[in-house]
Amino acid sequence: MYRADVGGTRHAFRDLAHLLAAATPFRSGDALAGVAAESAEQRVAARYALADLPLATFLAEHLIPYEVDEVTRLIADGHDAAAFAPIAHLTVGGFREWLLSVDAGAAELAAVAPGVTPEMAAAVSKLMRNQDLIAVARKCRNITRFRTTIGLPGRLAVRLQPNHPTDDPAGVAASILDGLLMGCGDAVIGINPATDSIEGATVLLQLIDELRERYAIPTQSCVLTHVTNTMAAITNGAPVDLTFQSIAGTEAANRGFGIDLALLREAHDATLSLGRGTIGDNVMYFETGQGAALSADAHHGIDQQTLEARAYAVARVFRPFLVNTVVGFIGPEYLYDGKQIIRAALEDHFCGKLMGLPMGCDVCYTNHAEADQDDMDNLLTLLGVAGVSFVMGIPGADDIMLNYQSTSFHDALYVRDVLGLRPAPEFEAWLDGVGLLDARGGIRPVALEQGPRLLSAAEIAR
Amino acid sequence: MSAVADPSPFGRLRGATQARIGLGRAGNGLPTVPLLDFQLAHARARDAVHAALDIDLLTRQLEGRQTIAVDSSAGDRATFLQRPDLGRRLDPASAAHLARGEYDAVFILADGLSATAVHAHGAALIGAMAERLAGWRIAPVVLARQARVALGDDIGAALGAAQAVVLIGERPGLSAADSLGAYLTWDPRPGRRDSERNCISNIRPPYGLSHAAAADQLAWLMKEARKRRLSGVALKDEHAGASPILTLDDGRE
Repeated sequence: MYRADVGGTRHAFRDLAHLLAAATPFRSGDALAGVAAESAEQRVAARYALADLPLATFLAEHLIPYEVDEVTRLIADGHDAAAFAPIAHLTVGGFREWLLSVDAGAAELAAVAPGVTPEMAAAVSKLMRNQDLIAVARKCRNITRFRTTIGLPGRLAVRLQPNHPTDDPAGVAASILDGLLMGCGDAVIGINPATDSIEGATVLLQLIDELRERYAIPTQSCVLTHVTNTMAAITNGAPVDLTFQSIAGTEAANRGFGIDLALLREAHDATLSLGRGTIGDNVMYFETGQGAALSADAHHGIDQQTLEARAYAVARVFRPFLVNTVVGFIGPEYLYDGKQIIRAALEDHFCGKLMGLPMGCDVCYTNHAEADQDDMDNLLTLLGVAGVSFVMGIPGADDIMLNYQSTSFHDALYVRDVLGLRPAPEFEAWLDGVGLLDARGGIRPVALEQGPRLLSAAEIAR
Repeated sequence: MSAVADPSPFGRLRGATQARIGLGRAGNGLPTVPLLDFQLAHARARDAVHAALDIDLLTRQLEGRQTIAVDSSAGDRATFLQRPDLGRRLDPASAAHLARGEYDAVFILADGLSATAVHAHGAALIGAMAERLAGWRIAPVVLARQARVALGDDIGAALGAAQAVVLIGERPGLSAADSLGAYLTWDPRPGRRDSERNCISNIRPPYGLSHAAAADQLAWLMKEARKRRLSGVALKDEHAGASPILTLDDGRE
């Protein structure tokens, strides 16, 4: 039982999950789950109680019992007590103040990351305003490598997402060309396939691999199919750079995705065995999103933001190359409007970065959410300031396969320009080599129809 | 540049995809025309999501067929969008309008996420079904406001219908705001799972499935469901055109 006395009223919270949920900024998914605060005052009362809670409480009290949930066991057994030691004496409120202080620089944050559990990250985020989430995330430096380097200061990478409703190779190639000509694709060229088959995934993997080899593009490819499909593709000899999987913060929700930790370990080992990375061996690409556990009816009465942070505990044991929170895809029953989507994205980015992950964000919305391009411009700009590792690049922001709106190649040009951010260094050198960089380091406008000639000239010159 | 003369893999470009490629640039931003094109597509999608189901229009389109209008428990659009659970439950006042009868099937026109789709295709599809189900005892057409797919379970059970077919507006994309989905459930009653339904989606002539093609598939499914006294995954492998439902039952598919 946790209590807060506010102005003569005693607010009681029956357990840690109740306290965390009540302290969470309002969002529709928590209301749908029946775990949102009952009043605005109760929400702040919960934050007072949370602020006084020692961080160590989260090591003693598990939100989901150790015996029934392998994600809880992963968090508990994998906790790094030595890394935790410098912050072990702090309360959640004290942790917030330390994170904001000059004492917490990039090196200190990196050192404590293995000692920060997802519940600690989620708890402190609930006490933080958007500017706090941005200020602290900006200090984190989580760098990963495969053929490009992700997460360097002053850099912003882009996943080129050339989806097509029938996986038509020419259609996919056309979108890839459009993105490359606008300086996108340094995080990954990653396709969500329309058809769920090993054969289909293999065809797409070969398509990207041939383009990449032909034009010597320093990047990596990924087909976002189920991990078991990718493992089968590896067995068949397909050119797999990164293995993708959607993950969540409870064992039951992961079972809903058809995975468990043992399967992910197997996939990680299989991908590592290919040894395709040239400058590093971060080989996993994970996607997450608030509400995933509730939609699988596997939330255990826990708020969706805390569950999202638990998914990052799953991610980090596999040293992923990229982690992407697909924040606005799930719909308004989880995140209703632009305000909720923006808040959730900043929380996810902060929690992931604090836990040591290479966090990117699919800045996105569906047509039944109360959001539009202006909300996405706001979020993209905020995440750029916060040092997001990568964002999506989709032709005209319109994903014609998944039927939602994300960020466009133009959006990437915008945010890099206004914030002085550059592509990953290896990819930037390639852009320069093919003649796409202008004198200021921006991307020179090239008409789509001139693209093939430009790339072919570079190929021949090479 | 022809595909033959072009030695690169990029022989076909604009014709190969409906994606918004080659939009040009105004500095780093979009030129004004593609900027407004996107806004128009989004505006149409938003209008479709928020359009109210027009009961008078549908009654006229249905040309004398008996209809019953009902509401879910969601009450208004904002609640409907945030509380899918309420959109799946019949409002108690509406339940009183549904008298139990001897029906082989009931068709439910449900707004879902696009009343625009129901206005465009609902009545025509029901007309096409009537031609294919001669001799069937069909209940009055139920017109359901603030409705999710599973509301058909409450409606079908209240009417005592052997099967319920929910024709529901799908979530609008930028390229299609008027796509209709059809969800068939044998022996509808509260608690039916999504795996117990069959779905035909993207009914949207001339770009998607035609009314006749959708009606052919649906009639096949309904006759099979009646013969085998079931629906859902068990019917999956028998007909390539109709998939069992793999995701949430809110018309998003």
